[in-house]
Amino acid sequence: MKNLSSRIANRPRFVKQINADFINLWRSVSSVKSACYFLFLFSFLSLSLSLSCNKKSSSKTEISFWAMGAEGEFVQKLVPEFEKQNPGIKVKVQMVPWTAAQEKLVTAYASDNSPDVYQLGNTWVPQFSALGAIENLDSWIQKSSTIKREKYFEGIWDTNVLDGKVYGIPWYVDTRILFYRKDVLAKAGYSVPPKTWDELYDCSKKIKAKLPAEKYPIYIPTNEWAPFVIFGLQANAQLLKNNNSYGNFQSKEFQYAFSYLINFIKQDLAPMSVSQVTNIYQAFAGEYLNMYISGPWNINEFKKWMTGDLADKWMTAPLPNMSGVKYPGVSLAGGSSLVMSGHSKKKELAWKFIEYLSTTKIQVELYHLINDLPAVKDAWEDTSLKDDIYLEAFYDQFQNVVATPKIPEWEQIVFSKLQQYAEYTARGVMTVDEAMKAMDQDVNKILEKRRWMISRNN
Amino acid sequence: MNSRNNNVKALVFFLGPAMLAIFVFFCIPVLSAFVISFTDFDIYSLGNFSNARFIGLRNYTQLFEDPLFWIALRNTFFFVILAGPLSVAVSLFSALLLNAKLVKFKGIFRLTYFMPVVTTLIAVAIVWRFIYHPRFGLLNYLLSFIHINPVDWLGNPFWAMPAIVLMSVWKNFGYNMIIFIAGLNNIPSDLYEAATIEGASWWQQFRSITLPMLAPTTLFISLITMIGYFQLFAEPYIMTQGGPLNKTLSIVQYLYQEGFRWWNMGYSAAIAFVLFFIIFLGSVIQTLVQKKLKHA
Repeated sequence: MKNLSSRIANRPRFVKQINADFINLWRSVSSVKSACYFLFLFSFLSLSLSLSCNKKSSSKTEISFWAMGAEGEFVQKLVPEFEKQNPGIKVKVQMVPWTAAQEKLVTAYASDNSPDVYQLGNTWVPQFSALGAIENLDSWIQKSSTIKREKYFEGIWDTNVLDGKVYGIPWYVDTRILFYRKDVLAKAGYSVPPKTWDELYDCSKKIKAKLPAEKYPIYIPTNEWAPFVIFGLQANAQLLKNNNSYGNFQSKEFQYAFSYLINFIKQDLAPMSVSQVTNIYQAFAGEYLNMYISGPWNINEFKKWMTGDLADKWMTAPLPNMSGVKYPGVSLAGGSSLVMSGHSKKKELAWKFIEYLSTTKIQVELYHLINDLPAVKDAWEDTSLKDDIYLEAFYDQFQNVVATPKIPEWEQIVFSKLQQYAEYTARGVMTVDEAMKAMDQDVNKILEKRRWMISRNN
Repeated sequence: MNSRNNNVKALVFFLGPAMLAIFVFFCIPVLSAFVISFTDFDIYSLGNFSNARFIGLRNYTQLFEDPLFWIALRNTFFFVILAGPLSVAVSLFSALLLNAKLVKFKGIFRLTYFMPVVTTLIAVAIVWRFIYHPRFGLLNYLLSFIHINPVDWLGNPFWAMPAIVLMSVWKNFGYNMIIFIAGLNNIPSDLYEAATIEGASWWQQFRSITLPMLAPTTLFISLITMIGYFQLFAEPYIMTQGGPLNKTLSIVQYLYQEGFRWWNMGYSAAIAFVLFFIIFLGSVIQTLVQKKLKHA
């Protein structure tokens, strides 16, 4: 091997000189230097390690709370009151954007940096419970005077219960209902919104007849899985079978509901391409769309866009049912829950904070801050909620909401598979039969791990 | 002996930190990803390692039976094959234009063409989504002057990928252009003088002098472009989320979805290694072809 000095020898003289000087210098200090150097490196590494652990080792009376989106932004305003009631306790609120929330929470758990209390979309509770990241709250609830099961909507509470154990406390709730243009429906002869599937279809037909071709009675986007699942549930479809370990989307019931919705798109009663609709509220204002099944987050936007003449032209209604037997038909139990990290060292304080956020007063205040619908039923007695004409439909709907299958794989099943096959059928690439057969195959593949876990546990 | 010892010390001193960083932040993750690709590591395993199983090659065999993987692969190849040569051609063309003696304010042109490269991709993608909007978009507005009916660029299964290709080429050609300009400036001018004296036309000069002299540059650019384009992600992620009908779903996007949305880490790692293998193969083939062209 040619060594460094002989290579240097081939360089021009001044370079050689500099290099030689450097090598001499290097020789004289090398032993000291290498020691210093490793010391430096080591201290740097340990410093960075200690910095990254710093978050956890904050004072014993500070609890960390992660909340998403608007909640993360505005919940800060609720904290001073809590700190006043509980002198010495501090709450550090961290806002996490919704789009990155799941990633961040899972990585926080993996690196043992989970916040003491955090907000979870209630469909995420099964995932975090499977991770073993969140505390079983049964014993805490037993001791509590604030948090009692009967204070909550039944369907919503149930989303947090896994194998009979409670893992989260509902914080705010949402569900899907029908938003509609009052005047357009009235023109089509529907002074009251449709209460059955037949009426919904008939109403859409009649509206379409009165509209120019580029306008649509209803919006059923294929990149929103919720309506497909809701209508499936209304048709009594059992979405998964054998202890949620196999797909059951080929069932007669689900296929019936699925085709019913796809037909709206096929018969041009709903737009096919999702990219045509960039602003749903603007589309409503222009009568481009006249019915839409969606959640409470739309209320404020509708109020913002539907002004002047249009202000009283829109309304909300509970969902129609498959048959007229029971109204409203079932909808989804959505919303967010508060959960406690199983690794928290300050569980007492964390629970105190959860209780504080669950008091009727604070629930109403959260509504005032960001219009999150209260999970605690008492809060709905407040005049600000009671007098809002758009909320009545929600309150009625909450009496009949159910949880989606509570397994960690559910989100993948609906977001990546159901939406995909809805699009395939709507665009005519597949028939409903073919799509649901493929759907079940995909779902069964996704659930393979779950079946293995079940068989191992038995 | 002593000097050799010193060499080792010097090596450790100069290369040590970088090697350590590469080892910790590159080698270890890559190795563990390789191991993970033979397991079914997922959300259950993240909580409890005993829930992970060694499943040998099953991730890989499953991958080859997965229709979505093939769709993603086809889309990615479609993108690379369409956008790669197009990007190289456009950047060569613009480099030639900017290198022409007639052009004034070369600096300003270079800057403008280079701007998209340094602009945040996310911002660019959002602006282009507006440009492609079926009802309010600039592109459809311009096309209306030549009486072309509005196209739902990103919502139409046929046009979505070409729309993304167009945007990516626009975004990237500036970088290659700068390298081409450097390459052009390295061609000795006496070659052109000699050719002119011999009466060679512009086209003959281009074919017999410019192109051969640019061969190493072209190899470099096409390699870099290909490697970059195989990792197509942010453009469809922002603009189409892989739709319509999965026509813009790319391999990396599929990998991301499987790994970081659904937490199927094992499967996602397997996708990563297949992608690595494809890029590796592509690079080898490209180098061989270029070598052959050079000697031919």
